[in-house]
Amino acid sequence: MEKFLWAFLVGGAICVIGQLLLDGLKLTPAHTTCALVVTGAILGGLGLYDPLVKFAGAGATVPISSFGNSLVKGALKEFEATGPIGVLTGIFQITSAGISAAIIFGFMGALIFRPKG
Amino acid sequence: MFFVTYFHFSQESSGNPTVAVLIILTVLLTGFGVFDHIAQWAGAGTIIPVTGFANTIASAAIEHRSEGYVLGVGGNMFKLAGPVIVYGVFSAFVVSIVIIIFRALGVM
Amino acid sequence: MLQGHQTWVFKSRPTIIASAAVGGPHEAQGPLAADFDLLHEDIWLGQDSFEKAEKKLQEQACETAIKKANMKKEDVQFLLAGDLINQTVPSSFAARTLGVPFLGLYGACSTSMEGLALASLLVDSKFAKNVLVCSSSHNAASEKQYRYPTEYGAQKPPTAQWTVTGSGAAMVTDHGEGPKVTTATIGRVIDMGLTDPFNMGAAMAPAAVDTIEAHFRDLKRDPSYYDVIATGDLGRVGHRIAGDLLKKHGMDIPEEIFTDCGILIYSKDQPVVLAGGSGCACAATTTFGHFLNRMRKGELKKILIIATGALLSPMSFQQKESIPSVAHAVSIEL
Repeated sequence: MEKFLWAFLVGGAICVIGQLLLDGLKLTPAHTTCALVVTGAILGGLGLYDPLVKFAGAGATVPISSFGNSLVKGALKEFEATGPIGVLTGIFQITSAGISAAIIFGFMGALIFRPKG
Repeated sequence: MFFVTYFHFSQESSGNPTVAVLIILTVLLTGFGVFDHIAQWAGAGTIIPVTGFANTIASAAIEHRSEGYVLGVGGNMFKLAGPVIVYGVFSAFVVSIVIIIFRALGVM
Repeated sequence: MLQGHQTWVFKSRPTIIASAAVGGPHEAQGPLAADFDLLHEDIWLGQDSFEKAEKKLQEQACETAIKKANMKKEDVQFLLAGDLINQTVPSSFAARTLGVPFLGLYGACSTSMEGLALASLLVDSKFAKNVLVCSSSHNAASEKQYRYPTEYGAQKPPTAQWTVTGSGAAMVTDHGEGPKVTTATIGRVIDMGLTDPFNMGAAMAPAAVDTIEAHFRDLKRDPSYYDVIATGDLGRVGHRIAGDLLKKHGMDIPEEIFTDCGILIYSKDQPVVLAGGSGCACAATTTFGHFLNRMRKGELKKILIIATGALLSPMSFQQKESIPSVAHAVSIEL
């Protein structure tokens, strides 16, 4: 039960940071998500994001900052396995599920639905 | 979390089905025209999680259907999600290179 | 005839012999629903794109106005129309359907009064007998072009406004019975450096104030001359700013006659509209529907409409330009 609480609190805290960027700095949603992705990549590089994931689970993996972390992780993992080219081949390795799912289901959505206004 | 507890996915692999289910749910909510109303209340609470990413792709794809499936849906799908991927990949590339250089120099 | 610096006085008093207003689902729930000739439940109007739906709105407004004037398309010399969509295609495509000589207009949400002023000028100068004016906007088509896809979950602040789905048309003639267009004041483009596209009312308020002051200065009139002075689509936020600015400049318009089409068109229990209505159709449907109906009933004798337009594009906003605005005032009297 404690796991759920931490997931809720950490995920919520990341969203609150996003809301502060939106309302406080008057950033557009695109600027806000980009800022969080870059932050996630940097935290991932510093090795600080994975402890957060261990601690808060989905509270840290579901926000978009985790996307940046996963990109770095994938690139480094493949670098270790295959050398320099691994940075390019590995970058999407972990995030592939999210991006592919969004493209595939987004396209299916466009086949079925039309905007409601 | 739900997937770890109830479906016995490992901690590592639970991310993928969680993300996939959230994406499917978001596409459905977007298609039924509900997501934008939830987001008007929830703000960053729906934009920052992967639901926001899925919504940028689904809403752009659905919106531009009237311009055709190739140029409309295909061409506009990443209109809003594009920046996140571009900045994510480029920053991840820079961070990775920096780490690799540091490791080679024996700093880390 | 020019009077003062920027005001036209129409000696022959061109007549608005007929007018029409067409609206969408949110307008149907608003307090002015009874003043619309046609209301649509479906924002698609049975078309396969929002842009085509907006074209349909214009066609219906024009056809209704022509019918109410007991005329045929052939009796109309010129059509002056505009909207908010890129290259004003809904207007051009509606003009293709009507087959009437056409002049396309763009003044953002001030287009309705820009059109009415020019139509009255054509009739007053005897370059035309019957001129049809039309302008339209469509909520989803505008969102798609200016902001985000309609189903995208971006949060809107309470200062944001709701683009009216609808179209208003008026037939201006040199004969007949009906409300008369008496004067028009053409506004300057004013830019106070505001950049927030979700607070257009505030960006447009200084333009409205500039034109209102010019109108009364040129005509040496007092605000009490009118029964109603209505701004186009400042909404609740912008209208309050305009009132405060006018007071600061020493012009006190009594609150009971100073109103805004963007406030009137929706009721307070429609939270989705936030600060009020906007769009080309806001001033057009409220003036050509609600206000002209009240004049025909004799409830109002003299009105001044100041339609305000924010002259931004999605590109100018991304290039960090501020939002310049313009306002045109037209007085209609019995």
